Amino acid sequence: MRLSHFLPGQSGKIIQVKSDGSVGQRLMEMGLFEGADVKVVRIAPLGDPMEVEVQGYRLSLRKVEAERVEVEP
Amino acid sequence: MAPPSPGPGVAAPPSPIGTAAVRQRRIAILGNPNTGKSTLFNALTGLKARVANYPGVTVEKKVGPLAPGVDLIDLPGTYSLAAHSPDELVAVKVLHGDLAGEGEPRPDLVVLIADASNLPRNLFLVTQVMEMGLPVVVALNMVDAAERTGIKVDAAKLALALGVPVIPTIASKSEGIAELRALLIAPALPTPPRRMWNLPAAMETEIATLAEQYGRDRFEAARALIDEGGALEAHLSALQPLMDGATRLGGAAPATFGAAVQAARLRLTQGGVTPAKAEVQMRYGWIAAVAQPCIQRTAAEAGADATDRIDNWLTHRLFGSLIFIALMTLVFISIFLLAQPFMQWIDAGFGWLGHVAEAAFAGSSLEGGMLESMVIDGAIPGVGGVFVFLPQIAFLFMFVAILEDSGYMARAAFLMDRVLRFCGLSGHSFIPMMSSFACAIPGLMATRTIANPRDRLTTILIAPLMSCSARIPVYGLLCAAFVPRQPLHGMLPGLVFAAMYFVGIGTAVPVAWLLKKTLLKGPPPPFVLELPQYRVPIWSNVGLRVWEASKAFTIRAGTAIFAISLILWALLYFPHASRIAEKFDAQRTEVTTKLPEGPEREDALAKVDHLEKGEYLRDSLLGRLGHGIEPAVMPLGWDWRIGIAALASFPAREVVVSTLRIIYDLGADEDDEAAGQEKLAQQLQASTWPDGRKVFTLPVALSIMVFFALCAQCAATLVTIKKESGSWKWAAFTFVYMTGLAYVGAFITYQVGTALMAQL
Repeated sequence: MRLSHFLPGQSGKIIQVKSDGSVGQRLMEMGLFEGADVKVVRIAPLGDPMEVEVQGYRLSLRKVEAERVEVEP
Repeated sequence: MAPPSPGPGVAAPPSPIGTAAVRQRRIAILGNPNTGKSTLFNALTGLKARVANYPGVTVEKKVGPLAPGVDLIDLPGTYSLAAHSPDELVAVKVLHGDLAGEGEPRPDLVVLIADASNLPRNLFLVTQVMEMGLPVVVALNMVDAAERTGIKVDAAKLALALGVPVIPTIASKSEGIAELRALLIAPALPTPPRRMWNLPAAMETEIATLAEQYGRDRFEAARALIDEGGALEAHLSALQPLMDGATRLGGAAPATFGAAVQAARLRLTQGGVTPAKAEVQMRYGWIAAVAQPCIQRTAAEAGADATDRIDNWLTHRLFGSLIFIALMTLVFISIFLLAQPFMQWIDAGFGWLGHVAEAAFAGSSLEGGMLESMVIDGAIPGVGGVFVFLPQIAFLFMFVAILEDSGYMARAAFLMDRVLRFCGLSGHSFIPMMSSFACAIPGLMATRTIANPRDRLTTILIAPLMSCSARIPVYGLLCAAFVPRQPLHGMLPGLVFAAMYFVGIGTAVPVAWLLKKTLLKGPPPPFVLELPQYRVPIWSNVGLRVWEASKAFTIRAGTAIFAISLILWALLYFPHASRIAEKFDAQRTEVTTKLPEGPEREDALAKVDHLEKGEYLRDSLLGRLGHGIEPAVMPLGWDWRIGIAALASFPAREVVVSTLRIIYDLGADEDDEAAGQEKLAQQLQASTWPDGRKVFTLPVALSIMVFFALCAQCAATLVTIKKESGSWKWAAFTFVYMTGLAYVGAFITYQVGTALMAQL
């Protein structure tokens, strides 16, 4: 399932990341790589972006970017 | 895999400090954003940074002395050596040495600052830098905050795992600083770390080949291969192969390094290896295996989840946006209200100075002369008129510093991202725009955190629309003098003051939207932003920023504004034709002969004095110019004096208040009771058109404020736009579009305002 479809409170293990381009590289450097755990904390009031917990810290990213991350709940 | 040998690009072995008289030891501080680099820098150097003109996030390197012969370099924060934005690029360039400038050496030592509560991600950068072959010291910062959340890092164990010294620190409390400092100034530098990470064999082979064929070290070849489209690849792309390197490996090397890197990447991808992905997997894999055991999880203190509980409100679906708008309004109103008493003191001080000067001139041969006019009508009110706004500016910088330091700014970016996406930008543009409320210049510099050049340029072009602190004098004066206090228990002037900020914001949104649809067309940029834990602001940081801003403002008032005041005074004083003096002397003689001594004669003489001053003013160089431009400003409801004041404010908008003071003081009757701000307000309220109508009505005051909210009246900003965008074209564009909008905005405000007033 795509990370962008996760609801607040849902978590899982990343199984694949679309890693092309500098956005892909940045997402991976920030800790969203294959095998890492990720949890959606909340979604911004206007529906986008989302706040996730990864590597023990909080990261904000847009749903478009979260599209790139395939997670196994 | 053989241990890495320092390649040709590696810095010469560092010399002990005893012999370093030849050359300064250069130590760079590097780390993730928000880990306290600047605080550590300040703690180590004792706030002696040489480059810090404008407060704001560190977007360029700052150099400060650590000890004799040792310089400390504070670099912008970065998550990785693959720089994605201009500020990260500064950090990477300084590390690489020759990228920063011809012949610039690499630093002799790198202090890597790592946030103890967020170790795995911080270690990602640490392991990247350790591969450079430079001596490295890790400062494990904010260990207190980490322990509160139940994270205890075993520094000794981590040092062993990394093979470099690890010093636990709390930079905000100067703990661990002495130990770190001793290590940095010790005669012998720590031994450079050994590389202990291996990329997939296919990648290592490609890297070794590239390094050998083109005569660069392994580190450079690896970064060029991994960071597609990165700085190093671009810097080295034209490099030609070494003769012996190519022959030794057999077969011909591609003609340039750039071509070789691309060919290598293609081979790897075809073989199923993505360089960037391989690097991330390797580093985080090592971190999980080796560094995680150094982290002990203990019970978190009560209240450690404060950030979550605060965010449940501050980023709440419904209340989040409302709290955001309320908070911003509160900040802008508080600036207006809290600063009042301090402003009155400063005003009184300048009033006193004026009286002292007047007393000094009285009875001397200079009384009534040009010099007296220059001091009393030019210099003192010119500087005093602007300087009086220092308290409001100090409060504004304080609020911005608190919002940034507490971690709220990142939440505001999180909340506003969707709105900014509508105009083709992202939450990343929010922070530079917010800093622009203090001053556009640090705001423009803060755009360096934006990766995409088009989005960065759009942000640069709209940032000057945010009402900076130099607009405060205009809003402050006019709101206090012309906005009625009656409704809303005296809150209305403060609310109008706050509303002016929303005029700028409300204009910026459609302008950005239009720019991103036309000139700077492109898809919305990505938004990947760390949301740091909330923390109590470090008050010394807040104080330092207020102090730096106040100092900069005071220097500006004492130099540039002083000079402009004198020039304006001269333009309003000369030619001071003697025919006017003769004409009015004749009138005075007439009055004296016609009227007997007494109050009636005094009144008549005062009237002549008043007319004389008015005539001098109209006849002055600026007065003539003012009457020339009056037809252009009449549709805005302005008379020639306002036109002149606005025109004189193009170099620096706060000058408008000085100009009004000088115009009205030169044209003023002998001293009445009021002084300073209050006097100017009264003079403005009393000012009339030749037919006796009041010049300043509420629509006129609003039209002036709207004009100043939207106009590009700041030479320093235009120069900075040129510097940041690399072209005068964009500075000219900003000037034209903002000035055009300002005129149209002021026109609509006045016309609509007058029509509405007529209805009431």
